[in-house]
Amino acid sequence: MVTHYPTKRSALVPTLLYAQDEVGYLSDEAIAEIAARLDLTELDVRNVLSYYSMLTTKPRGKYNVQVCTNIACMLKGGEELLHHCAKKLGIGHKQTTPDGVFTLEEVECIGACSWAPAIQVNYDFHENLTPEKLDQVLDGYKKKGTQ
Amino acid sequence: MADLVSHPDEVKVVSKRFGMGATNIDRYLELDGYKALQKALGMTPDAVINEVKNSGLRGRGGAGFSTGMKWSFVPKQSTKPKYVLCNGDESEPGTCKDRLIFEHDPHSVIEGAMIAAYAVGAHAAYIYIRGEYRYLSVIMQKALKDLYAKGFAGKNIFGRGYDLEVYWHGGAGAYEVGEESALMESLEGKRGIPRIKPPFPAVVGLWGGPTVINNAETLASVPAIMLGGAEWYANLGTSKNGGTRLFCLSGNLAKCGVYELPMGYNLKKMIYDVGGGIPNGRKLKAVVPGGSSVPVLLPEEIDIAMDFDSVAKAGSMLGSGGLVVLDDTNCIVKFALRTIKFYQHESCGWCIPCREGTDWLKKTLTRFHAGAGVNKDIDNIQYLAENMLGRTFCPLGDAAAMPTIAFVKKFRKEFEDHLNGRPCPYEKEGAAELVAALAH
Repeated sequence: MVTHYPTKRSALVPTLLYAQDEVGYLSDEAIAEIAARLDLTELDVRNVLSYYSMLTTKPRGKYNVQVCTNIACMLKGGEELLHHCAKKLGIGHKQTTPDGVFTLEEVECIGACSWAPAIQVNYDFHENLTPEKLDQVLDGYKKKGTQ
Repeated sequence: MADLVSHPDEVKVVSKRFGMGATNIDRYLELDGYKALQKALGMTPDAVINEVKNSGLRGRGGAGFSTGMKWSFVPKQSTKPKYVLCNGDESEPGTCKDRLIFEHDPHSVIEGAMIAAYAVGAHAAYIYIRGEYRYLSVIMQKALKDLYAKGFAGKNIFGRGYDLEVYWHGGAGAYEVGEESALMESLEGKRGIPRIKPPFPAVVGLWGGPTVINNAETLASVPAIMLGGAEWYANLGTSKNGGTRLFCLSGNLAKCGVYELPMGYNLKKMIYDVGGGIPNGRKLKAVVPGGSSVPVLLPEEIDIAMDFDSVAKAGSMLGSGGLVVLDDTNCIVKFALRTIKFYQHESCGWCIPCREGTDWLKKTLTRFHAGAGVNKDIDNIQYLAENMLGRTFCPLGDAAAMPTIAFVKKFRKEFEDHLNGRPCPYEKEGAAELVAALAH
C-alpha cells in the first residue's frame, strides 16, 4: 500500500484500521510495529489514531453494535433502538458484555438516512429496523459469537 | 444492500446503472462504460474543461461551486505533481447518496476521476471512501483491479500517450475529513485538521501539488456529460444549475429513499408526491432541505425549486441533497439539540469559536430541553451561534451555527414553551432518561 503514495505516512490511517480489524483494537505492540514500518514515532501514530472515531486502543467485544441516533434515525426511532439494545445487552455506551460478545456504541450518522433507523454491527449495515427486528439481528450474532 | 426506489419523475443520469450489475466491468462496458473517457482523451484538456463548464455542473458535495471552473483554476504548468482527489467521505447527516453510487456504479466515479485528471494534467487520482463504508472499499478495490486488468489505467491509456494511476484510500471515522483541506490532511496520514486558505487546493494541495477535489456524485456525472454533451445536461436542470441530483429523502415520509430528480424540482412535490407525503395522518412541521447543516424551512416556505440559487433565495441551502422531513409530533428543541450534539462531537477543536461554541450550545440546549432553561437562554443560544458564523477556519462552525439560528428564529414559541421548569411538552415519558443518554 505504501507504494501508492509519495510519502509512507499516507498509508497510516488505512493501515491502522486493517491492524485493528485483525485483533479488534490497536495494542501497544501494533502501534509500535506500524510506527516502525512507516518511519514514524509512536507518538505520531497515537496522535493520529486518537482523532479518528473508528480507531480504538481498548479491546472491544466480538461484535461492535453501533446504533445511529442522528437526526434521520432519531425521527424513526433510533433512540428507542439504543435503549432497547442497552436493556437487552445490559450495557451502556462503549461498554462490553461480560462474555465479550457485544460492545454497544451510540454513533453519529452512518449514511443510512433513507433506510432509517439503522445500525452497523462491525461493518455490516442493518436497516429499516424495529425493536423486534433488532432482537432477531442481535440473537443471530449472539448465536454466532458463542458457538 | 440498500433498497432502491423509483418514481416516474426521475431522470436517471447518475443512477442509470443502479441495480444493473455495473460493478462488473464487462457489464459497465456494455452500458457505455469508459466511452466517455476515450472521447475525452481525443479532445484537448481545455475542451474537456469547457464542456464541463458549459454543462452547468456544480459541486454535489454541498458547496455548489462550478466544477469546470474549479478544474480551470489548476495551473497548466507545475513543478510539483498534480492530483485528483475524489471525496467519498460522505457523512453529512441526512445524506446517503454517494454510498449508492459506489455500491452500484463504482466505475462511473473512476471514469469521472480519470476524465478530471486528464483535464487538469494529473497523473494520479485518489478515491477516498469513508471508513464506515468498508463494503464499498471492497467493491472499489475490485473495480480498480478490473480496470488495471483491462489495461485502462497505468501507462499510455487507450494508446493516447497519457499515463494515470488510480488508487483508493479509506478513512477511519471523522465528519470533519469531508472538508476538502482536512480530507487532504487525512490522506497524508495526519489528523483531519483543516488548512488555512489561501492557498487553495487547486494551487497547493496534496503533498504540495495542485489538486482538484470533487465529490463522488460530481465525478459520476462527468462521463454522462462527455457523452450526452454540455447542452443536453444543462437543459435537464434550471438556469446555472445543470443536470440532475440525487436527493436523499428521510425522516417522517411515506416513501423514503434516494431519488434522482432534475435540478430545480419543486420541493413541495418532492415531499408530497415523490416522498408520498407525511404518513399516519400527521402534518408537516419542518424540512431540513440539504443535510443537517442548513437552515430549516417551514411548511409555508417549501413551494420552491430545488436548485442551489432558489434554495439560497429562500434562506437555506441545497447543500448535500439530504432532505430530512419532520412531522408535527417532533420537538424542535430536541431536534436542534441532536443536531448540535453532532457538530460538538465532530468539531476538530482547532478553532475556538467552533470548539467552545458547539460545546456551550450543546450544554445550554441539553439543560434547556430538560426543562431547566431560563428566558435569557433563547437569546444566548442565538447570540452564541451568530458569533460563530464566519469566524472559523473551515465551514464546520457555520454548519453548526446556521441551523441553530434558524431553529430559534423560526420556532421561538416552541423554545418559550420549554421554559419555567416545564419538561419538553412533546415527551410523554422518559424525557429525563433521554437527556441523560444525550449527555455523554
